[in-house]
Amino acid sequence: MSKKLWMGNEAIAFGAIRAGVGVVTGYPGTPSTEVLETIAKHNDNGRIYVEWSVNEKAAMEVAAGAAYAGQRALVTMKQVGLNVASDPLMSLAYVGVKGGMVVFVADDPGPISSQTEQDTRTFAAFSKLPIFDPTSPEEAYTMMADAFELSERLGTPVLFRATTRICHACATVEADDTVYEVTPEGFTKDPRWVIFPRLSYAAHKHIEARNAQLSDTFSGYAGNTLTGAGTLGIAAGGVAWAYLNEVLDGTEGVKLLKVTTPHPFPDKLAAAFLEGVSEVLVLEELDPVIERALIAVCGKQGLPVTVRGKLDGTTPAAGELSAETVRVLVADFVGRELPAEAALDLPPLPVRPPVLCAGCPHRASFYAVKQAAKQMKKNAVFCGDIGCYTLGNALPLDMTDTCLCMGAGITVAQGIKRVEPDRLCFSFTGDSTFFHTGLVGIVNAVYNKTPMVAVILDNSSTAMTGHQPNPATGKTVTGEVAERISIEGVLTALGVSTVLTADPFDLAAAIDTVKQAAVAAENAVAAIVFRAPCIAVTKPTPALKVAENCIGCKKCVKELGCPAIVRDGERVRIDTALCTGCGLCAKICPVNAIGGGANV
Amino acid sequence: MYNVLLAGVGGQGTVLASRLIAAAALAHGETAHTAETIGMAQRGGSVVSHVRIGEGAHSPLIPHGTADVLIGFEPAEAVRALPYLKAGGTAVVCTAAVKPVTDALNDSGYEAGTMLGFLKKQKIRLVTVDGDAIVAACGTAKALNIALLGAAAAAGVLGVTAEELQGAVEGLNPRFREANLKALALGAASV
Repeated sequence: MSKKLWMGNEAIAFGAIRAGVGVVTGYPGTPSTEVLETIAKHNDNGRIYVEWSVNEKAAMEVAAGAAYAGQRALVTMKQVGLNVASDPLMSLAYVGVKGGMVVFVADDPGPISSQTEQDTRTFAAFSKLPIFDPTSPEEAYTMMADAFELSERLGTPVLFRATTRICHACATVEADDTVYEVTPEGFTKDPRWVIFPRLSYAAHKHIEARNAQLSDTFSGYAGNTLTGAGTLGIAAGGVAWAYLNEVLDGTEGVKLLKVTTPHPFPDKLAAAFLEGVSEVLVLEELDPVIERALIAVCGKQGLPVTVRGKLDGTTPAAGELSAETVRVLVADFVGRELPAEAALDLPPLPVRPPVLCAGCPHRASFYAVKQAAKQMKKNAVFCGDIGCYTLGNALPLDMTDTCLCMGAGITVAQGIKRVEPDRLCFSFTGDSTFFHTGLVGIVNAVYNKTPMVAVILDNSSTAMTGHQPNPATGKTVTGEVAERISIEGVLTALGVSTVLTADPFDLAAAIDTVKQAAVAAENAVAAIVFRAPCIAVTKPTPALKVAENCIGCKKCVKELGCPAIVRDGERVRIDTALCTGCGLCAKICPVNAIGGGANV
Repeated sequence: MYNVLLAGVGGQGTVLASRLIAAAALAHGETAHTAETIGMAQRGGSVVSHVRIGEGAHSPLIPHGTADVLIGFEPAEAVRALPYLKAGGTAVVCTAAVKPVTDALNDSGYEAGTMLGFLKKQKIRLVTVDGDAIVAACGTAKALNIALLGAAAAAGVLGVTAEELQGAVEGLNPRFREANLKALALGAASV
């Protein structure tokens, strides 16, 4: 045993290693990414097979296959990734597994870096799967072994969810170096692996009976606790439990229920909690999962308890909780006076919206498309996608009109085109997103003859989530050389007749390429691959300088919005700490006042 | 329990600084918790890192009004994070402003002086650090985080000593070892 400072995601990863996991798959997504990366990094003897899969559905299925063959398998993703993987997961809940299989899903209350505030605990109820929901990184570490053990014992995949404040918080964890040994039996042929309606009916009956039993088991699970005494009760799960403990001083005289297995809900423990209390406050983020379950227990047991939470408007319906909000909620609930806080009257503070990095090739690509559309006098639509390039929506670029979910830019553009046949429709898709769910959209456009320009922004990286490799990079998560799948080759094979490639920093050529694609897209699908590496995976070239002949027109500022170009009185100067020397600003300067770099 | 809040702009190195404090605390047998902003908010946005040293920390985030020390990597972010600082707490603040990236497009009117003037009027102990001069002397803007830690340690408010911090800094990338150690010393000298 030794003390380690681990991020929640590292604790989860080491928890899985300790539980003897043998196959780990996943797709990057904040705040889940570090789990798989940590396992890849600490897989010293190469015992564990680790892969970044092409998308979450593929990851789920590879992990399922491994678990069919008796191996312990872990699959990792963020909450919206679970939507992509929900097809295999829903059926897998019926088919079951042989080796332990844990589906790690990171939820993102806020949301801080996600499209939705969906709750994987609700997904657990929907898919009828057991779920673990740790309240701290320390708990997540040991709970991972519980999840694998339960999965293997019941022959079912088990969900394991953590939220941003658990995933990205670091804690001091007592590390246990022993590793549970797994010897996979291998795949045994059996009709159970083939899902059929008759089998599903039997499985459904079995699952409902099992979950009823599991509810009892969870009532005795060490992670769920009933403490304190009084006629008021407070129930909490996830990081809200930590906030609650931060604000309690022990004088409240309340019963406390901690829930780390929200499905199947520990009804018996909850009934003991509800017995003798008149009112309950429920503290949880995202959906009112514990709240609804407590109301159901009251109904089943005929208990006269008022349950306060999201459903009656006591607690906020959306967004994160904090120690501050929980302090006020608890004080109101127990009738405690809080000392009046002197409100700090802060001076107006600068707003700092996230922007594309200085030297980001996406800026050059967006600018080239914008200029080409302008020069062709086209009122075009720009359908964006998920990745750093979503930031292309910001002024002054203003080049992202839609963003829905992974891969949707290509297909949403087709729908708009079907309503406005004369509109020029562009989609923008990153290299990793292209392979994740973009391919189907291309096939759909070609098959249904929907003219459009599909722009692929190939920066040789899955940048937003921390520069993971993908099928276009020619590297795997373990650093091994992989088959580099040609994006142009794929587009051509899928029947795209015009496939063009350009370096977005060669501005004149890039604009010409866009015009050429736009002409081809009058009656067919055209594609452009803009290829230039992310600044984080390439070496910067010397920074540029602004010469004396700068006329202060600020065209570079007004058109590019590069963070390295800063106002300096009436003129501009370049922040040499940020400039990568990409040269884009130099190419648009009307008086050639910017120079000095290698690319100018 | 001891709470240190670090506030800055994405790219200034608040996360690494928070890890160094935690590592130094762990080295002398304490427990530590940290939490930070990672992801989209990182790119040029406001970022805060929370470090909690010792037993009794439940929440990964420091509650308002309970930070013993606030390390502001630039003046406006120090002001933004001020509600975290306890009454009479210490703020160690770099005086060099980082203008928002949108400032070039539309003048935000943000000036460091306004923020520093506001901080001076608060009932706190204010330690200012001339970050611009220190990073110029160290030859890299990346050393700012270490300089601020040096100042906080020298002010006796970091919860870990300058020596413990030096141990943690020496464990970093050897390429920046010299610049980092220089930043640590110059930061300490600014108190």
